Amino acid sequence: MVTETDNIETLVNRRYKHGFITDIESEGLPPGLDEDVVRAISALKNEPEFMLEWRLRAYRLWLEMKEPAWAHVHYPRIDFNEISYFSAPKSDKDRPKSLDEVDPKLLETYDKLGIPLHERARLAGVAVDAVFDSVSVATTFKEKLSEAGVIFCSFSEAVTNHPELVRKYLGSVVPQRDNFFAALNSAVFSDGSFVYVPKGVRCPMELSTYFRINAANTGQFERTLIVADEGSHVSYLEGCTAPMRDENQLHAAVVELVALEGAEIKYSTVQNWYPGDENGKGGIYNFVTKRGDCRGANSKISWTQVETGSAITWKYPSCILRGDNSVGEFYSVAVANNFQQADTGTKMIHIGRNTRSTIVSKGISAGHAQNAYRGLVRVMPQAAAARNHTQCDSLLIGKDCGAHTFPYMEIRNPSARVEHEATTSKISANQLFYCRQRGISEEDAVNMIVNGFCKEVFKELPMEFAVEAQALLNVSLEGAVG
Amino acid sequence: MLEIKDLKASTGDTPILNGLSLSVQAGEVHAIMGPNGSGKSTLAQVIAGHEDYAVTAGSVTYKGKDLLELEPEERAREGIFLGFQYPVEIPGVNNAYLLKAALNAKRKHHGQDEIDAFEFLKLAKEKMAVLGMDPKFLNRGVNEGFSGGEKKRNEILQMAMLEPELAILDETDSGLDIDALKAVAQGVNALRSPERAIILVTHYQRLLDYVEPDVVHVLSGGRILRSGDKSLALELEEKGYDWIREAANA
Repeated sequence: MVTETDNIETLVNRRYKHGFITDIESEGLPPGLDEDVVRAISALKNEPEFMLEWRLRAYRLWLEMKEPAWAHVHYPRIDFNEISYFSAPKSDKDRPKSLDEVDPKLLETYDKLGIPLHERARLAGVAVDAVFDSVSVATTFKEKLSEAGVIFCSFSEAVTNHPELVRKYLGSVVPQRDNFFAALNSAVFSDGSFVYVPKGVRCPMELSTYFRINAANTGQFERTLIVADEGSHVSYLEGCTAPMRDENQLHAAVVELVALEGAEIKYSTVQNWYPGDENGKGGIYNFVTKRGDCRGANSKISWTQVETGSAITWKYPSCILRGDNSVGEFYSVAVANNFQQADTGTKMIHIGRNTRSTIVSKGISAGHAQNAYRGLVRVMPQAAAARNHTQCDSLLIGKDCGAHTFPYMEIRNPSARVEHEATTSKISANQLFYCRQRGISEEDAVNMIVNGFCKEVFKELPMEFAVEAQALLNVSLEGAVG
Repeated sequence: MLEIKDLKASTGDTPILNGLSLSVQAGEVHAIMGPNGSGKSTLAQVIAGHEDYAVTAGSVTYKGKDLLELEPEERAREGIFLGFQYPVEIPGVNNAYLLKAALNAKRKHHGQDEIDAFEFLKLAKEKMAVLGMDPKFLNRGVNEGFSGGEKKRNEILQMAMLEPELAILDETDSGLDIDALKAVAQGVNALRSPERAIILVTHYQRLLDYVEPDVVHVLSGGRILRSGDKSLALELEEKGYDWIREAANA
């Protein structure tokens, strides 16, 4: 289990900066990737032998693979030997001592997002002793979780303290060879989160609040593994509405979810990485592999995501509906403004009988942005009476942006029922004039229309987060019209 | 309240209003009639501030201010309401939300507190009962899937909630069955007061059977050809517009 000191350390390690990037000497590994680097990462983290073997296997597979080019995104080639795969955490003295030292523009954004006052210091990366309150809150959460038997810790801690669980489930949903970026992540991942909910346990709290306080310096290759044992239930929230900037341009995370019989996992994401400036310079490449396995009968996995950040987003949270009567859901809002590019969607793989999936995707494009929905619904021959409903809506703001829909369907069982609905609409000058004639400013009118468009997805988010997500959307689209 | 002098306006390169003058006092109901393409709707849009229409000459003064200087939303907050001929659909945005946002924008502009949810709902239900509208309308998307009649009733509901000082109804009566027409008329009559002015843009005498105008204007070729009392509307109904045009050309 984690001690309080560890907890403080993870807080210190947190990388949350905006507008005050400074040159900090890093004691990380020099740029470059070879087997020695993989060994070094494993050694730095004091990993057991099986982990090193696992990483090396991934690395060797990765060497054989090619970077995919099928996504509807464009970016300069990434030189994987220019990346440093392990960087040392920041020290306290480089952090602001109080909110007075924080960029006022950042504080203004927090204000617009309605982030509670007590969280702002922590988010802005203020040195730890100034935010002791949050730590004690985290400790209370920790106690409550351990009473329920829920394991929730950093991935490194899980490798040390629960190697049997890690060994059993790691890579069981997203194998090392799955894709180019997943293989890379498997070889070099720095840290991430681990959750195990025992049989029949309903996790006593949304792991959101806790996570937001405990978020570690997970770096650019993050690994998350959530296992919900039979009949258990957990709701997990990743990310934060506050803007995140990072000197690492490439982010390739892997998230694996395992739901055993009758278990339910709800995974919500709010992603607000730095999207680059108005001209598309800078910005994060977010290439993520997220997959859930409804391994047992009557299990359910639900993905909800609000994607507003990153220069390029490339992710398809998916569900493998293996267990009979299992249910997969995907609710997504993807916003692309200025020169952002998003290629996102989901895969629903129906294997079990009576499996059901729902896809609701809302894409919003503004400025010169390109927003693509890519979704696969596959019904295997044994998946009798499988059902899918897909609804895929695009909203365009302005005339220079684009929306693209790439639905794929592979139906190999005649009893399947698969429905696909797609719409593309524009915020029209007439709609805006109508609202303005009622006294509502153009900006408020856009916000109102966009939020109306996204309503079906927002209602899937945990309450307090839905409010923040709504505010986030407004901030993301500021100046999109007129 | 509203003084329009020698107003010229065009859309693109096409001039539509060609030196229109009109004076509307508080407490009055004016009906503006005229054939298709005479500039009736353009006049309504120009008063509301639609960007597609450029004012090339003349002036519009509202409550002593230069109206043309104001943004559309400022005009609205200052009490100008336009009932649209073709109300737009705004999918996903519920009617109550739009109404409340509109009401609060106006209240804020006048230094008042925002209306609370309870008070708002009470007020909205009251007004809807008068117009014979189902309260369920509040939770539907703005005009989303509404029938023609429902859309027009919805315009009147918004007008009733916002209590404008100058209401312009652009062919709110067209395409309505008799029940809807009566509901619209009732809404307009309920708003009549010595502090308010109403401009009805219409093709037909029909609405004027229920809402009695103080002044009737006939618009043609972007100008007012003739003004008179309500008997002018009846005369038009009988003789058609050509009669006026001929009289004007003579």
